[in-house]
Amino acid sequence: MTSRMLELSGVHAYYGKSHVLHGIDMEVRPGEIVSLLGRNGVGRSTLAKAVMGQVQAEGGIRFQGAEILGRKTYEIARLGIGYVPENREIFADLTVHQNLLLGMKGGATRQGRWTLDDMHQLFPRLRERADTPAGVLSGGEQQMLTLCRTLIGDPDLVIIDEPTEGLAPKVVEQVGQFLQEVKKRGVSILLIEQKLSIALDISERLYLMGHGIIVFSGTPADLKANDAIRKEWLEV
Amino acid sequence: MDFVVITLLNSVAYGLLLFMLSSGLTLIFSMMGVLNFAHASFYMLGAYFAYQISTWSGFWLGLLLAPLLVGGVGMLVEWHGLRHVRRFGHVAELLFTFGLAIVFEELVPLIWGKASVPYAVPAQLEGALFSLHGAAFPIYKGFMMAMSLGMLAALYGVLTRTRIGLIIQASLTKPDMVEALGHNVPRITMLLFGGGTALAGLAGVIGGNAFVTEPSMAASVGFIVFVIVVVGGLGSLGGAFLASLLIGALQTFSVTLDVTLQQVLTLIGLSLPADTNLARVSLVQLGPVLPYLLMVAILILRPRGLMGVRES
Ligand SMILES: Nc1ncnc2c1ncn2[C@@H]1O[C@H](COP(=O)(O)OP(=O)(O)OP(=O)(O)O)[C@@H](O)[C@H]1O
Ligand SMILES: [Mg+2]
Repeated sequence: MTSRMLELSGVHAYYGKSHVLHGIDMEVRPGEIVSLLGRNGVGRSTLAKAVMGQVQAEGGIRFQGAEILGRKTYEIARLGIGYVPENREIFADLTVHQNLLLGMKGGATRQGRWTLDDMHQLFPRLRERADTPAGVLSGGEQQMLTLCRTLIGDPDLVIIDEPTEGLAPKVVEQVGQFLQEVKKRGVSILLIEQKLSIALDISERLYLMGHGIIVFSGTPADLKANDAIRKEWLEV
Repeated sequence: MDFVVITLLNSVAYGLLLFMLSSGLTLIFSMMGVLNFAHASFYMLGAYFAYQISTWSGFWLGLLLAPLLVGGVGMLVEWHGLRHVRRFGHVAELLFTFGLAIVFEELVPLIWGKASVPYAVPAQLEGALFSLHGAAFPIYKGFMMAMSLGMLAALYGVLTRTRIGLIIQASLTKPDMVEALGHNVPRITMLLFGGGTALAGLAGVIGGNAFVTEPSMAASVGFIVFVIVVVGGLGSLGGAFLASLLIGALQTFSVTLDVTLQQVLTLIGLSLPADTNLARVSLVQLGPVLPYLLMVAILILRPRGLMGVRES
């Protein structure tokens, strides 16, 4: 076991000829919540896709010490990375219960950190609405569903892309609390956000991204103290 | 009236056979986003494989083995061909399946000859199941119906009641997400392609002897199946089902009804100029064109098909 859950070194990523990531170095340690922040279009989602093997990439991406760049997406997921993409990507025509079932990986041998009952206890709505098509849930409910769907596969690291987008402030707060609960069970989190919102309160460390490179990394206190960086790379 | 009942049954038997083809095509289209031009070639392969096996050990073994063999060929095609072409985009995939259809059409006569082969209905299934005042309904058509219905019930059961079915359903809309949840989507894609082509193969096994087993059978059925998926709506299983029965009825009735175009038009109060060729045209002559007319009409009036959701 290394002291790195996830480690990127010199990662470049491309959509065809368009070069989107220009040499990214970053890391997530076991048990940490790390946030990746930046404006629209700087390449945060692309970084998540590079880790998941969904976009053409070069450089080094190591998960728990093993090189994963070049491996298939389902293999990366089976190694223990959970991915909650932006827009949630629920299966709208399938029921809430079926969505959760799809999170379970085939052939799992050990008892995971999470059971269906845990999920139902944390979010009674998921039990009440078990047989409803997931597409009719509210935005906040869908976000919880997709988080639970990923957790039920028992990942050691979850990458969550903009979970608070389009949610009411109260629901955003709930998401933040839930992520802390997740962390308590020993799951590391890479949280991708556009604004500071919950990131400042719950992260151990933060990275700021600008046009395919990391422009700042440090603790929430460091970032709070640095007005110039915040103005240049975050606030519009 | 009895004649109408028999023709209706015939058209349902044919429609269900068409649905065995169009359902596989639809599932494959939903998952891969590409229309498989070679789909009907697997129908032809099914018929020829079954014929070949039947010359060695009879119809029943062919019924069992031919669809499996065709599904195997389908999986090989997906795993070693289509998969590698995919990264060059949909147009490349389309051209690949188009080329494949031509390859099959050229290979089959090399092996089995240009003329039709004597692939016959087994003796046990010959004869009439029942007859209504002289109009007979063949046992074999009943057998075709039973096979299609059984197969489709099994397909439905697998899709809705099993874990792999759930994963397939999810993959039809969001394959990337399903794979990110740790499911081996490449393998599922191959299995689905194999399943879809095996269904086409089975349709060939039971359709090849009901109709004719010849090298042009892929092309003739292929166009009809395309009409079905367009009329039903690309990617919609329900639409494919409806359209299969509709086109099955359209084709069956038009070749059996002995009426002229003029007689049909009279029903809606129209008349054609007398003493012209058009006035003498019979429905039998018009039959082959009707599905395509329907397709053109649907494309103009309702481009996404009867039950399609996708704007293309
Ligand atoms: N599939 C794609 N093909 C080509 N270019 C893409 C594709 N997806 C994203 N891009 C481009 O890559 C750049 C980074 O996109 P990315 O989605 O990673 O940004 P982001 O930081 O997640 O921002 P946001 O989520 O707010 O859009 C953008 O310029 C975008 O236009
Ligand atoms: Mg994004």
